[in-house]
Amino acid sequence: MTETITPVRHVESSYVVLDVQNIDTDQIIPARFLKVTDRAGLGDALFADWRYDADGSPRADFVLNRPESRGAEILVAGHNFGCGSSREHAPWALRGYGIRAVVSTRFADIFHSNALKNGLLPVTIPAEVHDLLVSWPANGSRPRLGIDVAKQLLTLPDGTEVTFPLESFSKHCLLEGVDELGYLLNAAAEIAAYEEARP
Amino acid sequence: MTSQSRAPRTLFEKVWDDHIVRPSTDSTPAVLYVDLHLVHEVTSPQAFTRLRERGLAVRRPDRTVATMDHSTPTTPRNSAGLIPISDSLAAAQLEQLARNCEDFGVELHELGADQQGIVHVIGPELGLTQPGMTIVCGDSHTSTHGAFGALAFGIGTSEVGHVLATQCLLQRKPKTMEVHVDGALRPGVTAKDIILAVIAKIGIGGGTGHVIEYTGPAIRALGMEQRMTICNMSIEGGARAGMIAPDDTTFEYVAGRPRAPHGADWDAALARWRTLPTDDGARYDRSVTISASELAPMITYGTNPGMGMSIDSPVPDPDSLADGSDRAALAKALGYMDIRPGERLLGRPVDVVFVGSCTNSRISDLRLAAGVMRGRKVAPGVRMLVVPGSQQVKRQAEAEGLHTIFRDAGAEWREAGCSMCIAMNGDALGPGQYAVSTSNRNFEGRQGKGSRTFLASPLTAAATAVRGAIADARELSDD
Repeated sequence: MTETITPVRHVESSYVVLDVQNIDTDQIIPARFLKVTDRAGLGDALFADWRYDADGSPRADFVLNRPESRGAEILVAGHNFGCGSSREHAPWALRGYGIRAVVSTRFADIFHSNALKNGLLPVTIPAEVHDLLVSWPANGSRPRLGIDVAKQLLTLPDGTEVTFPLESFSKHCLLEGVDELGYLLNAAAEIAAYEEARP
Repeated sequence: MTSQSRAPRTLFEKVWDDHIVRPSTDSTPAVLYVDLHLVHEVTSPQAFTRLRERGLAVRRPDRTVATMDHSTPTTPRNSAGLIPISDSLAAAQLEQLARNCEDFGVELHELGADQQGIVHVIGPELGLTQPGMTIVCGDSHTSTHGAFGALAFGIGTSEVGHVLATQCLLQRKPKTMEVHVDGALRPGVTAKDIILAVIAKIGIGGGTGHVIEYTGPAIRALGMEQRMTICNMSIEGGARAGMIAPDDTTFEYVAGRPRAPHGADWDAALARWRTLPTDDGARYDRSVTISASELAPMITYGTNPGMGMSIDSPVPDPDSLADGSDRAALAKALGYMDIRPGERLLGRPVDVVFVGSCTNSRISDLRLAAGVMRGRKVAPGVRMLVVPGSQQVKRQAEAEGLHTIFRDAGAEWREAGCSMCIAMNGDALGPGQYAVSTSNRNFEGRQGKGSRTFLASPLTAAATAVRGAIADARELSDD
């Protein structure tokens, strides 16, 4: 019953900084884009209200629209990323755009859970590391980060290695491309026994 | 339960323990059984698609109930008694839910049907929501159902698929946090003011990783609809779930509802439910206390629900904050709201007043608002929408004549749904417009692109509609 999904073992990329606290899922993808029945095209709506002008043209001052941001697969964001609505459209939009990891000092619970189910790495780091990451790209350079899922290591542009927490089963699923639904389906006999035993 | 002599447990721990299909280990989370799965049109289509792709059935259609609420219009019915849908995307999404429910045998309360309404309003009113249950929905405000002593939390669409297919979720046990609300509310101060004060105190991320249990005399004194308002906004403090121990108020509310247990089943359920409250000596991982007696009506001034204050307070000054990141966040929020530090919000004009949402759209909320509106008018230039949480709430309000009070005042009386809380159904603020809303989120653009939201109670919302500017209902009563 196990479905294979693409394993996520390493991410190595330049990064973009969106140093705003409490970026809620309404900012990540506004509700008017949720009237869909699939996941296609959601990357275009990522951060729509910050990214586009009223006429739909890209705002030159928004970080994702700057030339040096092109190709970055890691987003460094402010404290408490992904708060608010449970919409899984938020990680779908980030993945659809091409982001493979978000680095922050804290993630909201539901976003964190949704991200891991979509191969999007939520990397939680201490505030002092966040401050360093925010300061580096200021001079227009394109510093790079490395993420090693197996070792739970974030490698900073200066080579410093920082460990980050990762729940053991989520880590296993990422590394092996294991699908949680398959795991639950394999528990069918225990689920039936539980149902049988209930009042 | 098994042991007679086990360690004292919290309400949360009892419900958690009771739903463990397979315990957690170092390498695997617990398999947690779900008693009730609520479904709506926005977060379910991709989950049903996944079931189809894998040839799976819904394991327990009898534990699954769907409604239409988020993208549904709330405009009046046509001559045929139907609610017309002009948005083709919304129509397609609603049709997809209907098809999914048909194909998978799931009970559906369709747009305009007798029991249709906001998912977190109909669950309790049908008696589906019961003490001691685990309840999930692809919606963060599922925390609402915790008011009954259920463990209820929002999930993403992948997890909606997991529950549809297996009736279970993989979960690590969260921590517990007690929010003790001491004292008694003063007149004109409501449950909404309590929860806005709690979130202002713990912060928008303060409950992350925790399940909150609300305790104390001020909580015990609340009716069920007020308890739902409190638990509803737990997620705005970062907690996936908020719970209140069931008591006679709870049992009285549940008794006799269509889907509640009846007869001998009721007696057995009641005996079980009475064992749920937290044991003496049980420990929470964290505790905070607030005093209800000191609370005034609350209002938010910024762009997240943690940015709240007493309605007569000055707006905080970013320069007064020690942390640079907090300072930047507050300055950004005030810039978006176009509010000056130190400003008083009382008397500030608004464009729209919205009474509705899963936070404050139940009959008692509408009664509070109507009590203020009776014999008064909505101020010129202000638009007021009153959106009942369900068709049942709408019928009850109309039976009591509340709709006439609202209409006579010049407010719009709408069909049931989420409406302007999430603004994906056409009910939206224009860019730059201000609203006082009884809903739960004041994020940038939440009520429409460029919208600016002040969150407050139904009393404050109604008083604001009358004055045309932010008002304290306690002062209005002297008019």
